[in-house]
Amino acid sequence: MIRQAGEHGLLVETGTLEVSHRLDALLRADRPAGVTEIVPGPATVLVVAPGADPAGLRSSLSLLARTARAPGARAAARERTVTVPVVYDGADLSEVAELTGLTPAEVIDRHTRRELVAGWLGFAPGFAYLTGLDPVLHVPRLATPRTSVPAGAVAIAGPYSAVYPSASPGGWRLLGRSPLPVWDVTADPPALLTPGTRVRFRAVPE
Amino acid sequence: MIEVIAPGPYATVQDLGRPGYGHLGVPSSGAADAPSLRLANRLVGNPEAAAGIELTFGGCRLRFSAGAWVALAGAPCPVELLLPGEGGRRDARAGMRAPFWVPEGGEMGVGTPAIGLRTYLAVRGGVDVPPVLGSRSTDSLSGLGPAPLAPGLVLPVGPVRGLPPITVDAAPPGPAESRPLRLIPGPRDDWFAPGAPAALCAGPYEVSQDSNRVGVRLRGAALERVRDGELPSEGMVAGALQVPPDGQPIVFLADHPPTGGYPVIAVLSPADLARAAQLRPGDAVRFRL
Repeated sequence: MIRQAGEHGLLVETGTLEVSHRLDALLRADRPAGVTEIVPGPATVLVVAPGADPAGLRSSLSLLARTARAPGARAAARERTVTVPVVYDGADLSEVAELTGLTPAEVIDRHTRRELVAGWLGFAPGFAYLTGLDPVLHVPRLATPRTSVPAGAVAIAGPYSAVYPSASPGGWRLLGRSPLPVWDVTADPPALLTPGTRVRFRAVPE
Repeated sequence: MIEVIAPGPYATVQDLGRPGYGHLGVPSSGAADAPSLRLANRLVGNPEAAAGIELTFGGCRLRFSAGAWVALAGAPCPVELLLPGEGGRRDARAGMRAPFWVPEGGEMGVGTPAIGLRTYLAVRGGVDVPPVLGSRSTDSLSGLGPAPLAPGLVLPVGPVRGLPPITVDAAPPGPAESRPLRLIPGPRDDWFAPGAPAALCAGPYEVSQDSNRVGVRLRGAALERVRDGELPSEGMVAGALQVPPDGQPIVFLADHPPTGGYPVIAVLSPADLARAAQLRPGDAVRFRL
């Protein structure tokens, strides 16, 4: 289903993050005329096209969405894998261990063992919601968010993990910090973890 | 160069923003009332996308260290131009919606708007602060772009060579538009009770004090939801009326977050987005479908 989001926006329902990523990749590989924004979400892709012919865009989007949903459709071809080094000395590591009934070493093990996928970005420029976190590590956010979390902080909350791209307030639980910058306005693209990027955390000493 | 003597309640550098980075969590930003910035730029012969200054509630005072053509558009404010030299002679030619020359050492004061909220100042050559991701706009949500104007800040002005001549004497104000703001239903109108769009249009809603460049917060009839639970985060457009659980809509403006988790009952017609950006706290606003 394609929903109208104002005069210039179409919100394509994809149902799943995987289909969102495929549709996003298809649209970026061959961007329809007039499209200025393509914003994937967990179950949708928003397409903003102030200059497009609305009926034409709607029909090409429904065609592309069908391709993206087709069984066996290849995952986005441009998928990259990024290894994120982490110093696991976060302020909430021991509390996460307590909440999950694990030892801190086991928390680190479960955080590094799975490959995560950058689902979508939001909250702040470059802030990727990393999906696929081990369910054992699903812990609630802090009851009271910190007023400042430093750039590079590696955190978890609910079903997600993230690397804070810049200093900001934050309510996620801090497991550690990464020396790898995930946000750089002089880089192209400025975000390291773009939607669909595979992410693996690796424990490193100080 | 333009030296900020006083910025007024809140003033920022704005151009037409940095669209195209929503998927990386970057708001579009840019002038909240883009047509007014475009007009001010045209009046001084700039490209429409040149960076100018967005004043909130006027109240700004600037000193020009080099002569420059200036134009103001948007919320109408009294304008005062003090010429350099003894006595600080006033120049009566300075005003809204017409280009005027500020000589070297001239000092310009913008008063408080009688109606509206945001006034745009364009200077021939454009405000030439370094761009970030292709835009000179201050993004109040993410902090990208230059810091808001502060006393003592000096703003560089870009080169004027190669710009077309100034050919417009004045832009007459358009007819005062008092019709309700037009809404396009969706994309999540099905999350609301069947009577919700009618309740929204029965209005009026009052503009709350905590409105800003991110959004105009409204207070009025609560919009009743028929679906519980959370909407998975999804892309948001400017002009969207996002409805948090308290049922009081927020109209998203230029610095809105690119994704959001509350349902959008309707989106403003692009033609009325600029009018929403001129709403001031306490104003009553009405909608129509």
